[in-house]
Amino acid sequence: MDISKLGIFEIKSLLLKREVSCTELVKAYIERAERLNGILNCFITINRESALIEAKQTDEIIQKNPDGIRPLDGLPIAIKDIFVTRNIRTTCGSKILGNFVPPFDATVVRRLRDAGAIIFGKLNMDEFAMGSSNENSYFGPVKNPFDLSRSPGGSSGGSAAAVAAGLTPASVGTDTGGSIRQPAAFCGIVGMKPSYGRISRYGMIAFSSSLDQAGPMCRNVRDCAILLESIAGNDPKDSTTMSTPVPHYTEWIVGDPSEITVGILRPDTYEGVNPEVLSAYQNVVNLFAKHNIPITEIELPHIKYAVAVYYLIATSEASSNLARYDGVRYGFRSGEFGNLREMYIKTRMEGFGDEVKRRIILGTFALSSGYYDAFFRKASQVRRLIANDFYKAFSKVNTIIMPVTPDVAFRLGEKVSDPLSMYLSDIFTIPVNLAGLPAISMPAGRNREGLPIGVQFIGKPFDEHTLLNTAAFYERESMCMNILNEVNL
Amino acid sequence: MNYEAVIGLEVHAQLKTRSKIFCSCPNEFGANPNTNVCPVCLGMPGTLPVLNRFAVELAVRAALALNCTVHRESRFARKNYFYPDLPKGYQITQYDRPVATDGFVEIETEKGLKRIRIKRIHLEEDAGKDLHDISPDKSYIDYNRSGVPLIEIVTEPDISTPEEASKYLRTLRNILMYLDVCDGNMEEGSLRCDANISVRKSGSSELGTKTEIKNLNSFRFVEKALACEIERHIGMLERGERIEQQTMLYDSKENITRPMRSKEESHDYRYFEEPDLLPLVLTEQDIRTYGEDICELPHQKKMRYTGELGLTPYEAEILVQDKGVAEFFEECALLLKEPKQIASWIINDYMRELNARKISIKQSPVTPHKLVSLIKQVAEKKITLNMAKEVFVILFEEGGDVQEIINRKGFTVVNDSDEILKNIREIIGKHPDELSRYKKGNQNLIGFFIGELMKRMKGRIDPKAARELVKTELDKS
Repeated sequence: MDISKLGIFEIKSLLLKREVSCTELVKAYIERAERLNGILNCFITINRESALIEAKQTDEIIQKNPDGIRPLDGLPIAIKDIFVTRNIRTTCGSKILGNFVPPFDATVVRRLRDAGAIIFGKLNMDEFAMGSSNENSYFGPVKNPFDLSRSPGGSSGGSAAAVAAGLTPASVGTDTGGSIRQPAAFCGIVGMKPSYGRISRYGMIAFSSSLDQAGPMCRNVRDCAILLESIAGNDPKDSTTMSTPVPHYTEWIVGDPSEITVGILRPDTYEGVNPEVLSAYQNVVNLFAKHNIPITEIELPHIKYAVAVYYLIATSEASSNLARYDGVRYGFRSGEFGNLREMYIKTRMEGFGDEVKRRIILGTFALSSGYYDAFFRKASQVRRLIANDFYKAFSKVNTIIMPVTPDVAFRLGEKVSDPLSMYLSDIFTIPVNLAGLPAISMPAGRNREGLPIGVQFIGKPFDEHTLLNTAAFYERESMCMNILNEVNL
Repeated sequence: MNYEAVIGLEVHAQLKTRSKIFCSCPNEFGANPNTNVCPVCLGMPGTLPVLNRFAVELAVRAALALNCTVHRESRFARKNYFYPDLPKGYQITQYDRPVATDGFVEIETEKGLKRIRIKRIHLEEDAGKDLHDISPDKSYIDYNRSGVPLIEIVTEPDISTPEEASKYLRTLRNILMYLDVCDGNMEEGSLRCDANISVRKSGSSELGTKTEIKNLNSFRFVEKALACEIERHIGMLERGERIEQQTMLYDSKENITRPMRSKEESHDYRYFEEPDLLPLVLTEQDIRTYGEDICELPHQKKMRYTGELGLTPYEAEILVQDKGVAEFFEECALLLKEPKQIASWIINDYMRELNARKISIKQSPVTPHKLVSLIKQVAEKKITLNMAKEVFVILFEEGGDVQEIINRKGFTVVNDSDEILKNIREIIGKHPDELSRYKKGNQNLIGFFIGELMKRMKGRIDPKAARELVKTELDKS
């Protein structure tokens, strides 16, 4: 059986029709993952033994109770290695957690398991989700399935590449400044960052607590809706989740154009953007216009400060969030030290990679006494202005269309020595996180070299269902959605 | 040259909640190391804090009782520093928006009541505990205390002497114990104190350079450490030396203060708002509800005891020092309208027995009913005071019923004055020498006759009545 083109929905149907058992599926995915990981390097951990045991149990459940099956019963899934998994090593792409086996499940993981999914692997990522190319992983870079010399994007690069290459039917990633949407765009898949507070962060290893948000990464919009419905919702273990009810997202993917009002930025906003990316974006806007969907020009005057604001807030929070990796209780501890201070220094020096260290230093500096007002406080104030820009725009429209990235997937090694240019490539994704908004990245065609280009739809807070309707409309009308058929590994 | 000290205290009080402040682990002292822990209070990757609302309630209760303004919105912040007992590498505390500010406590001084202003009260989590004495070459850490809820109560620099400091601490501790907010156990670290101190020329309005003394964990240490530090400051000022702003530790064996190693104190805590918790919002209704559990406080009781109940300030002070004792007293006073006598019994006899047995009044076998019925027996002249005291000790040692003990011991009082008079006359008749010496003016001899009477009647008479009868008889003879 060829599993490489299956999504969640197809797998559910196959299981329901008894055309395949859960055990067969899990085995097939594990074998495929093991076979292709040498090429793509998507997996940090493949969870063979316990996944097969769970698959057997699931088969028995389905056997006994064919009507009462849960929404994701029997679905094999691999997730970003940022979610802690009970008894399965969780590294966050770092040497410092290289041996860390958590004693508990993240809420996202628990909800996946409760819905019947079987977690068979943990996917590669930039260390602590810091990066846009997946080159900052202690476990080596992931390859883009469209071009093995290119980056899949980051930080959820392993997830995007694995979904695109059919190594998992779907995945859950996290997005702090674009880490779901940018790799989704680079790998031609659908990636959604929900509103801040929509999905529990409990057990999701923190990078920047006020920005981090988990989200589905899938082959299509319907799978996104199914997965989001299973993992979203208030969690008593995360005080920042909202009690806003979780709609039945799968009922919203009708693609009704009359529900959509679009906002776009003035064309001169996109100076310097790759012309092929820009024309793909323009085609998307034209498609909406062709269907008589009202398109309004909106202004987001403060987003030009977004990258600067982001790199102050995210690094400040990260400097604090990563303080716990001190070698005292769990994870890596340096082998030789003379005293406590030396243990701290050597453990963190040897345990963290360069980019993580760079951001810890940056954030520590931004929070230091005498600098706090000029940096962290000012950044927080500008963050509010950026959010207000969006709220104002959303008084006129319910969807903002923007490119995801200024360029297509970069070559591996291309930007490693130029962190600033890497940071700037997140210019269109970052403002969304700063404002806590939901956004979905959709395939918008390919460039001359065949590399995927993405476009994003941004919605109002907790208006994921409208966003999914817009995405479903686009998916139905666009010619760009068959892109994954081109991946043959 | 005269100097005066300017002192402010920071008191950390562990809150009497059942669970920790940000997770559901038990908040208890003395469990086996690292048994009351979970991923949250161990700071494992991905964990998040969830605020214990009861900790908030206790903090608000304390704040209201300490006359503070409780804020409708306060915020949590992270205080960042590395230490092995701090699992997340930061402590969740409150910084620029504490839960309460601007209160006061009144303390009694020789010059009358003095108001010590409270600058702020904030909520925070406790850290774990280093165990350095288990192994010669290893340090261990017990995280049971990690995440225990604390309030930090910070005064303005209104304290002028070590005695005032310890008086403030005693008063504060008693209030917190009355409120059931903190168990006040300083040995177990439930209540801990740091002091900020500076010295200046008397009458000067400028503040001197301050030092901080950490971990003053008994009333005695607070007084002694502050006295040491004041002396050290004055000595330096006299010699024209500059006082360095630093953190000191008190060495109780040598009775000196020493600077902590500077490495441990040169912190930039990089405070910023805790993104994992929402602002702490309290409605007017919340604040009102939390305030409803505030009981009558020690100083209020004291006023009532000296006013309504006619006790001396000394008696009232002793009774209110322990909430259990005060409540016991009040229960007795409801049963018998003789507050003075009850107070005297409790202060002199009851507390002596408690101290001898090192138990609290709640653990005592002598209930208010028993004590009151004993006092009644005396008041009704059924037994003498001495008999009553004997019965009281038996009640403490063996338990039992007051009347039953009296019966068993055969304690009765002879109230038949004819019988007493008959005895007196016989005694006088037998001791003509003593009588004539009495008659010549040796009034002291009345005691001799009373003694003889008591012997003869085996103590079964009221000494006061006996004295009067003896005197009248002697004067008549």
